[in-house]
Amino acid sequence: MTHRRWFTPWLLAAPAAVWLIVFYVWPSINTVVLSFSNAKPLGGGRFTGLENFARVLDDDQLADALLNSVVFMLVCLPLLTVLPLLIAILVEKKLPGIMYFRTAFYTPVIASAVVVALIWGWVLDDRGLVNGFAQWLGVVAEPVPFLTDRWLLVFSAISLTVWKGLGYYMIIYLSALGNVRRELHEAAAVDGAGPVRRFWSVTVPGVRNTMLLVSVLVSVSALRVFSELYVLSNGTGGPGGRAMSVVMLIQLYSRGFTGHLGYASALSIVLLAITIGPMLMLLRLNRKAA
Amino acid sequence: MAAHARRRRNARPSGFATVTPREKALRYALLLLVLALTVSPFLWQLSTSLKGLGEDIFTRTPSFLPEQPTLGNYAEVARTIPVWAYAANSLIVAAIVVSGNAVGATLAGYALAKLRFRGAKLLLGAFLATLVLPGEVTIVSQYVTIRSMGLADTLLGVALPGAISMLNVLLMCTAFQAIPREMDEAAIIDGATAWQRLLHIGLPNVRGMLSVITIFAFIGAWDDFLWPLIVLNDPQNYTLTVGLQYLNGTFSANPRLIAAGTMISFLPIVVVFAALQRFFFRGVEEGAIKG
Repeated sequence: MTHRRWFTPWLLAAPAAVWLIVFYVWPSINTVVLSFSNAKPLGGGRFTGLENFARVLDDDQLADALLNSVVFMLVCLPLLTVLPLLIAILVEKKLPGIMYFRTAFYTPVIASAVVVALIWGWVLDDRGLVNGFAQWLGVVAEPVPFLTDRWLLVFSAISLTVWKGLGYYMIIYLSALGNVRRELHEAAAVDGAGPVRRFWSVTVPGVRNTMLLVSVLVSVSALRVFSELYVLSNGTGGPGGRAMSVVMLIQLYSRGFTGHLGYASALSIVLLAITIGPMLMLLRLNRKAA
Repeated sequence: MAAHARRRRNARPSGFATVTPREKALRYALLLLVLALTVSPFLWQLSTSLKGLGEDIFTRTPSFLPEQPTLGNYAEVARTIPVWAYAANSLIVAAIVVSGNAVGATLAGYALAKLRFRGAKLLLGAFLATLVLPGEVTIVSQYVTIRSMGLADTLLGVALPGAISMLNVLLMCTAFQAIPREMDEAAIIDGATAWQRLLHIGLPNVRGMLSVITIFAFIGAWDDFLWPLIVLNDPQNYTLTVGLQYLNGTFSANPRLIAAGTMISFLPIVVVFAALQRFFFRGVEEGAIKG
């Protein structure tokens, strides 16, 4: 009864280990293998050397997608690093009813990106709320083409991402704010520091590492954007497909008669190349925090 | 020194811990502002879903409240796409993902945290290494794998890869590690097997983390879009998110119907979250969420 069986630990770890190999290790290897082939959703699979990567360098749509991703990242980064911190400070104090506010602020996070994008698609529609209101005010004569102009589409998706992300990063800041020592605040208050002063000299230094963590998280998720742009543009990627993201291109090439799994894999490696830096940083930050 | 300390102690009631009425008013005003920003789009969508065909939803001065609220759009969207079947499909996927993670991540997390075995370090390192890999990078070859298993265009194919998430294994491992070693040692002396220790010492002490990972496994599976979009072909098999995009893209859409569809996807998750939010926020306070 009490003797130790050597295989018990492995028995417990086995399902996860199988998943690791089948759904992480093997697909990683296979992505590299496929990227050197002309595999199609139907047939194909011949070794074609660097052909896919040559195509990567010559793909205007990919260049557009990369530019969109960079813009996406540069706009999201400051907004989603700072605004959620301010909201976290707002909900930190345990006022009556604060739990309801916290929960409500988190709802956009738990909603599917598809749901959120469909809602915003209707709000930003030519005949939707924003355009209707703007025309009623007389600010614009014609509806603003939020969903049919390349850059307006990208910025609409950005505002949606920011709106959906506020609650997520708020929670991360909230748990970090709990660790900022209350005595420091009290001491600063006693010494006559106002709220603004305390924010800069107590709060910000206290959550500096978290701000770094959040900014890296924001960058990675901006580079991986898919659903928001896909749904807002109805899968088209906007006029001429110029408002695509890299992941949208991967999805585009993974399906259908025009699909090209080899090229989609090469694009996956491009995605890895642009995300690996922040991802490694994330791992380091997380280990430091753990 | 002493005077300073006393001053601080005296200052506490009037200074920091309590909130002046002015600050309170300001805080509530700001809270309500943020509340309006976060919640009003959902309410607007809910309102649209309840407006009948007779009501002009395109007017420049739309009313927030439906004039004659009707559930007709919910019946109509079910006639246009099999929305209830899609919801059932999403539920099946979510059920597989939730149970897979609850069991698989708990077992592996426990083994890694509490049992010594050859290769444990290597395994932990491998789990950790997967975190630098964004899921989208391997999604194409993931699809190739699922297809070669004969699971393309099936719900099992949608659910399987996420049924044990490496992040959840690591989170459970961290939770088990927090249990003091002495508790285990005492049980070993009493002759408890690894399995008994997991059931009677491990599990009761990781309930917080377990509820957080199951909540998120459910939300993640229910909300997922890209992966089911790639795996599923036949509109009969769609999950709710893919079905909603299908509704949006295929039919020159009536915003009322799309609104009704989005609410069918959104409301269950709100209910689940509202019911379980105290576990979630408790988990946050215990440091379950680090990003």
